[in-house]
Amino acid sequence: MLRYIAKRLIGLVPVFFGITLISFFVIHLAPGKPTDVDTSLNPKVSYEARMRLEKLYGFDKPIHVQYLNWLKAFVFFDFGSSFVDGRPVAEKIAERIPVTLLINISSMILMLSIGIPLGILSAVKRGSLLDRTTTIVTFIGFSVPEFWLALLLMSFFAITLGWLPISGIKSLDFEYYSLAGKILDVARHLVLPVAIAAFGSLAGISRYTRSAMIGVIHQDYIRSARAKGLSERIVIYRHALKNAMLPVITILGLSVPGLIGGSVIFESIFAIPGMGRLFYESVMARDYSTIMGILSIGAILTLLGNFLADIAYSYADPRIRVTGSGE
Amino acid sequence: MRDPVVHSAFAEASADRRSFRLRRGFGGQAFIVRKIPLVISAVFFLFCTKTFCGEPDKPCYGDAIVVSSISDARTLVPILASDSASCTVCDRLFNGMVKYDKNVRITGELAESWEITGGGLIITFHLKRNVKWHDGKPFTARDVLFTYNKLIDPKVKTPYSGDFERIRLLETVDDYTVKVTYKEPFAPALSSWGMWIMPEHLLKDEDLNSTKFSRNPVGTGPYKFKSWRTGEKIELVSNRDYFEGRPCIDRYIYRIIPDDATIFLELETRGVDLSTLSPLEYTRQTDNKFFRTYYNKFRYPSFGYNFMAYNLSDPKFRDLKVREAINYAVNREDIVRTIFFGLAEATTGPFMKESWAYNRDVMPAAYDPGRAKALLGEAGWRDTNGDGWLEKDGVKFEFTVLVNQGNGERLRSAEMIQKYLEDVGIKVKIRIVEWSTMISEFLDKRRFEAVIMGWFLPRDPDCYDIWHSSKTREGEFNFAGYKNEEVDRLLVEGRRIFDEAQRAGIYRRIHSLIYADQPYLFLYTSDILPIVSSRFRNVKTSAIGIGYNFIEWYAPRDEQRYREK
Repeated sequence: MLRYIAKRLIGLVPVFFGITLISFFVIHLAPGKPTDVDTSLNPKVSYEARMRLEKLYGFDKPIHVQYLNWLKAFVFFDFGSSFVDGRPVAEKIAERIPVTLLINISSMILMLSIGIPLGILSAVKRGSLLDRTTTIVTFIGFSVPEFWLALLLMSFFAITLGWLPISGIKSLDFEYYSLAGKILDVARHLVLPVAIAAFGSLAGISRYTRSAMIGVIHQDYIRSARAKGLSERIVIYRHALKNAMLPVITILGLSVPGLIGGSVIFESIFAIPGMGRLFYESVMARDYSTIMGILSIGAILTLLGNFLADIAYSYADPRIRVTGSGE
Repeated sequence: MRDPVVHSAFAEASADRRSFRLRRGFGGQAFIVRKIPLVISAVFFLFCTKTFCGEPDKPCYGDAIVVSSISDARTLVPILASDSASCTVCDRLFNGMVKYDKNVRITGELAESWEITGGGLIITFHLKRNVKWHDGKPFTARDVLFTYNKLIDPKVKTPYSGDFERIRLLETVDDYTVKVTYKEPFAPALSSWGMWIMPEHLLKDEDLNSTKFSRNPVGTGPYKFKSWRTGEKIELVSNRDYFEGRPCIDRYIYRIIPDDATIFLELETRGVDLSTLSPLEYTRQTDNKFFRTYYNKFRYPSFGYNFMAYNLSDPKFRDLKVREAINYAVNREDIVRTIFFGLAEATTGPFMKESWAYNRDVMPAAYDPGRAKALLGEAGWRDTNGDGWLEKDGVKFEFTVLVNQGNGERLRSAEMIQKYLEDVGIKVKIRIVEWSTMISEFLDKRRFEAVIMGWFLPRDPDCYDIWHSSKTREGEFNFAGYKNEEVDRLLVEGRRIFDEAQRAGIYRRIHSLIYADQPYLFLYTSDILPIVSSRFRNVKTSAIGIGYNFIEWYAPRDEQRYREK
């Protein structure tokens, strides 16, 4: 098993560099350069000044040399500095991660704590009014554009009712609050974004739970459990649920890289300085080093997520055997 | 969607609508704008004294003003700042040697006075003696020399080196006198000294491209830097020792809200004190009791104009009659009425209407589709096969106009132009392209037929870079390919003469020549529509906007909303 893990890990390295290589060339294919966005069509920037800037940034070198330079720095965990403001890319990413994680993790917890019970209920009471209502509501959540729903709820809760703040993650007088006041303030700001993000992804998780659960409920061992005279509660929650959770766990594994990702539209509407905006802004500014930094982290997390899922399978399900790996 | 990081001056449509842009207009920067942003220029006359506040026994100091911005600043190193957000914040923190006053005249800021001698070759500045940096060190001529050296240092990534490379020599005569010698007379030189001056003592050993100063700046301006939370807000506090008087408003909070709709909701809960409106919001959405009670709206023309440029090397547009015909075929007044609800003005030339360079004798062509058709006929374009479109030598008259993505007003203008030209038999296709792609792939390489854009203009009318026939290399600004020998000669002359009356004659002549040649279809200048919380008093419009007396704005004590520090 250990050898298998080691082999898989080593196998990831070329895949990772392949991803960075392709990303690097693709982003350089996009028309324009960081210096363009800065200087083009500013008549006071002379032709010579522009050439000078390109040289300072190293854009006069051939692209494979630029990639090798990037790679050389990357091996030493140096993401380089942003073309936009000269700050280290690692620092720019690090300052965006906490708020992104906070929102993504809280909305995931909210989603799971509503979605899974909802899925179970729908499966158990399959075809009932409750099942059908849940289906409709979760699909509405899935289909409604987030930005539209966000604006409506902002208008209702913040303007009509005046209960919640509209945007941002902290009030302007945040520094002057007590600790409890600060926590409450952040919580108030997070209610809408977290609720809306969770609402949108409710459909997925509750449908997966429902169908997995329906599959399991009709298995023989469930019938045996019922025949033994176990209460329905124990049958469902102790015997059925455990097995029904396997596909759900797979989905959760796959959403690991999503935890540090964010949505531009969503973050823009709520004025949240998260990863989504950073990535979008970097792309629009052709800030190659920041784009590459974010893409590399994303690639590492995706590969790691897949890897962990693979390992978890072979542990969890005896049917998924690693053939020929010398146990 | 928006791209908040793009050069502010052309920051994107919806995007730039609200970002308060303090382009100093000095330094003679002219930019193509995607949407002309609100410009506040810092011009401060009066001192903020108790009597001035109107209520002698109640000091007016205190409170905070919350300004909304679509995008975050990039750097607060002033000579590197080129986007609207960075410039807005830098304008609170730093000063230039000179500035424009509310009547758009150059006046001293860090300079007490100056003389221009040697036939325009030498400018001698006498500096103010009571100016201190925010850290208490005195401001001297060495700071000016240092800033100049950094501006021309090839290792510094500044986009503003151009004007300063015309300087032969800059000397510090003594601590408070700076003598600048130019290689040749250059009329916009004085206004280029609106460039913000940086502190030598803090930056002399720093690499400006990566210095920590960029997020912890120290200036001489009316506000001092307090904090910057990336993507969220930048907070400044008033400089109580400001040499033009202590600003009345204690805190300046620059909030980054990347979405227009969210900004409007924030206005509805009074979460934002200063923003700019779209024409629709100005005329309809804010026309209610809430906004009349809690806000004041302002309106003044922006410093630029929008146009449709032709590629003059395209055989279709090479014929002046065709360009004239299009000028007659498009109803600009209707565009202004329909798209801007009248909050814009049709324009005929390359200068701002308020400028002394604008030639009022140039009469705009009236909307006359009949005349347009006649002119097109004279140029050989006729509908020979009866399909409703014009042909010449069997080729249909059709062309594609480029519009940058995200600018709704320009897109709607393009659609109206499409309809007007259809009426005279010209088929127009509209192609929407992302900004950076449009510049690098289409304009720079001259691969376009027509494009709708805007220029953001400096106060000085020198527009050599836009119209001179030498400025047609890839990446230069005469992308239309305009060439007129008289205009070339006048452009050179205009920047060598200092006398305003003489220059006015030259630029007015340029205006009429360019209008006669129609290299652009001149469209409109839109209005800037700021909205300010009504608790702030002393907010006035002037020829250069509303921000010129910002340090005098105040909120009476009983209306203040934010606590004192």
